[in-house]
This record gives sequence, C-alpha cells and structure tokens, in this order.
Amino acid sequence: MSGEQPFIEIKRSIAGGDFAIAGNISSETKTILQQTGLPPVFIRRVVIACYEAEMNVVIHAYRGTFTTQIYSDRILVVVDDEGPGIPDVSLAFQEGYSTAPPHIREMGFGAGYGLSNMKKCSNQIAVDTRVGEGTRVTMVFYLNSSP
Amino acid sequence: MTLREVKDLLQADVLTGQDLLDLEPSSFCGSDLLSDVLAFTKEKTLLLSGLTNSQVIRTAEMSDLIGIVFVRGKKPDSATVELAAIKKIPLLATRLPMFEACGRLYQKGARGCSEIK
Repeated sequence: MSGEQPFIEIKRSIAGGDFAIAGNISSETKTILQQTGLPPVFIRRVVIACYEAEMNVVIHAYRGTFTTQIYSDRILVVVDDEGPGIPDVSLAFQEGYSTAPPHIREMGFGAGYGLSNMKKCSNQIAVDTRVGEGTRVTMVFYLNSSP
Repeated sequence: MTLREVKDLLQADVLTGQDLLDLEPSSFCGSDLLSDVLAFTKEKTLLLSGLTNSQVIRTAEMSDLIGIVFVRGKKPDSATVELAAIKKIPLLATRLPMFEACGRLYQKGARGCSEIK
C-alpha cells in the first residue's frame, strides 16, 4: 500500500451480541458507496463481505471497530475485534465449518460460509488472530479487478 | 414473472411495497439459511423464506434481492416491515409451505439462481 490518503474514511464501533442493530454499519457503508457512484456489482460484493464481517463480530466477539477507507482505485475494510480469537484459521475458512451456537443458527447464520464468502467477494483478505484476545480481518476490493 | 403474478400464484398478502409489484425477479431462491443466501444468490433474486427476523431484510439489502416472500403463514414484526419499507424491499406473505410455494412458481417458469446466467 502506498502512503496516499483515502478520500473517505468511515470508522464505527460494533457491539458484540446486539442483533437489533447488527447490519447497520454495512447498510451505512452501502449508502455511502452508492453516493460515490460506484458500479452496483462492485458495491454488492463489498457490502456482502462487510455484512459477513460485521455479523461475525456481533456473533462471536465482545466488541469491535469497523473501518472503511475509500481510495480512487480500491476500498480497504479493516474489522478489529476483542473476542475469543480463531484457534485454527485455515479450518475457519473451510466451507461448512462453524462454531456458531444454536441460537445463531436459528437466526439463519452459522452455516460456515462467512470467511469463505468474504474471501470470494474480496481481492485480498488477511486474518490476524490471537486466541483469547481478538481478531483483525483486513479486506481489499479493487475497483477494476474481479475477485 | 412480476411480483404481482407471484402474489396471485401464492395467494399472498403484501406487507410492504405495494407500489413495487411490477418488478420482475431475474431468479428465485428458497432458503432458511441466510449464509446460503449471501453466498449463492444473484442480484434481483426473489427470496422465499420461513425466517422473519430483521437480518433477513439486511441480507436482502446487502445482496440486492428484489423482494422476500414469507412462507407458511409467518409474518415479521412491525419494526422489520418498517425496515423493509425504508429500504424499498417488497415483502409478501403466503400461507403455503416452502415446498408448495416454490413448486407453484417453478411450474409457471420461475428459475433458480444456478439456472440463470
């Protein structure tokens, strides 16, 4: 990454376990991206990945921060949480693997597609995690490049 | 097939989006798994679901779904309907169970996300 500044930066807090407002940050992100006039197909893959990441924090962590930076050629999303961390990241990327409890599955989540779908929607994804401390997910979306 | 035709075929009530019934879904999906909807649907899909929580609306919003049909007589609470109204996502509700609702639509030419380009 170069030292250039984003022309828009959005930083929000995520409350773990608060399903009433879960998705609000991704929704706001979508509205802002639409206002910038980016193509709908591009916005769709960005916000699906944002929503998966936001829900992961709400489902698994205690709290988190969600930062979106919009550059001329790309969007950078960094989601930091304080939470249990991920003991085995490669397993967490495996489709169908989930540690979500039953009440999350009853809501329709926890099928084990979150991280793999984020990988599918983004051009780059990095997961840095410490068990017992938290997780940072970094995603990059290039405007002129398919994931 | 327009949402109005879907409404008639499924004898559905319109919970919100009465003014959007001329929209035409490009594909259809029946699922109670939002993870699947997020991972496998295409834009302008009509979702049939038995889930009625607010995250169904959020999932529809993020995935650019064209609308949602709640099956087997289920209806979301008023806050969820209000959220859909704000996001301009039409909501229908039918008493038919999932299999029969999907079957009626398929019989009339509705196709799934994996069947369209």
